[in-house]
Amino acid sequence: MKKPSRAPFYTVIGMLALIGLVTAWMRHVQMEIPFTPGVQKPVWLIEARIDFDATGEPVTARLGLPDNPPGYRSFSEQAAAPGYGYSVVAENGVRRGEWSKREAIGPQTIYYKTQFIDVDDEAAHDIPTGQPTPAHVDWDGSSQETAAQQVLDTAWSKSSSPQSLTRELIKLLNSDNLDQNAALLLSAQTDRSALVEKLINQAGIPARPALGLYLEDARRHQNLTRLVQVYDGHEWVLFNPTTGEQGVPENLLLWHTGGESILDVAGGNRSRVSFSMIHQTVPALDLIKAQFKESAFSVLSIQHLPIEEQSMFKLLLLLPIGALVVVFMRIIIGLKTSGTFMPILIAMAFLQTSLVLGVVSFVTVVAMGLVLRTYLSRLNLLLISRIATLVVLVIFIISALSLIGYQMGFNTGMTITFFPMIIIAWTIERMSILWEEEGPKEVMVQGGGSLLVAVLAYTLMQFPLVGHLTFNFPELNLVALALIMLMGQYTGYKLSELRRFRAMVDNQNSQERKGAES
Amino acid sequence: MSESAPASTPATAPVTKPALAAPAGIKRWWNSWVSPWRLKRMGILGMNCRNHDFIAAYNPRSLFPLVDNKLKTKLLAEEYEVATPKLFFVVNSQHEISHIEDKLMALEAFAVKPAKGSGGKGILVIIGRRGDKFIKSSGVEISIEDIRRHMSNALAGLYSLGGKPDVVIVEDLIQFDDYFKDYSYEGVPDIRIIIFKGYPVMAMLRLATHKSDGKANLHQGAVGVGLDIATGRALNAVQHSKPVTHHPDTKRALNEIEIAHWRNWLLLAARCYEMTGLGYIGTDLVLDKVRGAQLLELNARPGLAIQVANGRGLLPRLRHIESLKERMHRTAEQRVDYVMKTFTADGL
Repeated sequence: MKKPSRAPFYTVIGMLALIGLVTAWMRHVQMEIPFTPGVQKPVWLIEARIDFDATGEPVTARLGLPDNPPGYRSFSEQAAAPGYGYSVVAENGVRRGEWSKREAIGPQTIYYKTQFIDVDDEAAHDIPTGQPTPAHVDWDGSSQETAAQQVLDTAWSKSSSPQSLTRELIKLLNSDNLDQNAALLLSAQTDRSALVEKLINQAGIPARPALGLYLEDARRHQNLTRLVQVYDGHEWVLFNPTTGEQGVPENLLLWHTGGESILDVAGGNRSRVSFSMIHQTVPALDLIKAQFKESAFSVLSIQHLPIEEQSMFKLLLLLPIGALVVVFMRIIIGLKTSGTFMPILIAMAFLQTSLVLGVVSFVTVVAMGLVLRTYLSRLNLLLISRIATLVVLVIFIISALSLIGYQMGFNTGMTITFFPMIIIAWTIERMSILWEEEGPKEVMVQGGGSLLVAVLAYTLMQFPLVGHLTFNFPELNLVALALIMLMGQYTGYKLSELRRFRAMVDNQNSQERKGAES
Repeated sequence: MSESAPASTPATAPVTKPALAAPAGIKRWWNSWVSPWRLKRMGILGMNCRNHDFIAAYNPRSLFPLVDNKLKTKLLAEEYEVATPKLFFVVNSQHEISHIEDKLMALEAFAVKPAKGSGGKGILVIIGRRGDKFIKSSGVEISIEDIRRHMSNALAGLYSLGGKPDVVIVEDLIQFDDYFKDYSYEGVPDIRIIIFKGYPVMAMLRLATHKSDGKANLHQGAVGVGLDIATGRALNAVQHSKPVTHHPDTKRALNEIEIAHWRNWLLLAARCYEMTGLGYIGTDLVLDKVRGAQLLELNARPGLAIQVANGRGLLPRLRHIESLKERMHRTAEQRVDYVMKTFTADGL
């Protein structure tokens, strides 16, 4: 016979395993799904508290909200203000939370809570959509204008780019022995950040204020720090006007950028906003649920299904593991089971009932069924009606056991209803025929084999890691599929055959010995 | 000299002794396994290899019903003039059973078989009559009601694979040749010959024992006698995989067995290849006093125990047949002559 080349088959197997593993790896990297269960991820919980005194008129409070700040990813946000309507609006590309109320009087407090995850994205750049233009600058009197021009000239001559110009300016304004011009400017404009921004704009380079929050664990009543962003012709670069530091520091969350005010309150006065923050951990899986809805990989995420379907999938996706165990035990080990995949169904039932209780009730139900079946065989029923009778009897047995268990105070007795009753009825029928034809020994061998495979499959399936991997990385079942198909090509001896044919080897050995003697 | 060695290390000797004694059980357990390489050297065919390389490769699924259904096999055998016990009638539905006695009255001895029964399941053999009663092969008398119930169960699919509805065939009983009388206890001796691509590759005689309850089934305790393909002489005999020299019940020496007209047996078996088109089959043949060798049934998944009975593996012979040129031997006669030359006791 021509032997068909095995190469295409092994290519398919290799591809399946590879696709499964690579997809799992990509999703692990891209979506940060952990490979092990129970992984916790640190998040920052930030609470903005807005206080103001309402004057009795309709109130509208607007707070600038962070919008994809570099180095952080928003995970959740919620607003809490009793009696206020809340919505998030985007104006001129700025995200703002808007609280409104028809009538309010006296001190009002509004909370806004948000959670952020640290992300290491080096490539986070604040690139504006359009070309920003420098703001028009007005100075208070010509002396200031001249001083500004001179400070700028000094910095200009020492610099080559918008970044270096900004650095030089900050250095000039921060030096210990301030020159006259700088001193004059600082006396008129004490906020260094606003001054730097004004000077840069004066130089014809777009600059804007930015409000950042320095994150430190368990801090309360924190305020936003005013920083300045300079446009270098390509992106906005952040500068700290006090330290001259360039770029976004690791612990800084950029809350708000642009010239708009952070907080507007109409219908109230003495408004202020303060921030509290806490570093906490949440299960990594919860983060995934809330994120990556748009990712191409999220198509494979079962988390996006309704909870009811999810729990069904949780069980379904364990089936390939059970199938793998059955295939292994039958092809490689050579264990006899009654019914090919009955052990998987029993193992699934064990998952619901817990092992010891499951095994005890399964053996009890089958044993009682066998006793009843012996009586049925004397009634001389047709096969179909006999099986149907068994199904009904199995339901009676299970109900009786549940009730007895309940009366005795075991609530767990109820869980045996998870057993697949039709399958059990068929098992009883088959074992009964087996008993009549091959004797009780074969029943023990096959029944024990089925139970052993079921227990093994159960042991594997109840491992939290296995459940986690099959549920969160359904594509890993392709690897299980590849293994099952690979075993389908195994033509070597089963482990049981190493014993089965031992007699042959012994016989041959003794013959050889006899031959050698004579 | 060897005595001096433990004397030089007296302190360790008593300690190591129990330590060595403990693994003895493990060692015995370990020795109860055979190395897979040893099996391979002996050319033993394993279950996975049989299923994958032979059954799946040479037996087209569509042809399985020809052998799984005894009625089809029988009709086919009659068409190809392969000798087989005469078919009396077929019972197709439950209502025919109620007046089955009309048909059975005319028969003295007969066998009731479910068409799709496997492994000898559901076969009822009636060897004679005593008044209203029927006598089973074991000597037990049964009534017509018992036969009715048996047929009803068989029709409902009790003995068929997967419990599918079945039909019952009633056929002529084999008149056993006296030659085997002293070799078989209470039952039907038959000869199983494995046919691969039309070439007989291995044969064994199965003798019922008291232990096997009159059934010629090796794992139920029947004696398997390996037969030399070249001569039809007994090679080796086993019961429960252990070598035996005499039949455990009749005490006849098994090595004296020699099947008469051996070539005819092989021919009958080899012709089943053309009949079914299946590449790898087991043929079960019996000897009728009057009509000679008869085909009883075919099996598309013949078991592996024949290797134990013969004391040799099937693989070398199967691979040899695979290596032969296609259409090297066109007729069953040519194939049988070829194997009788090639597969000798000392040869392949």
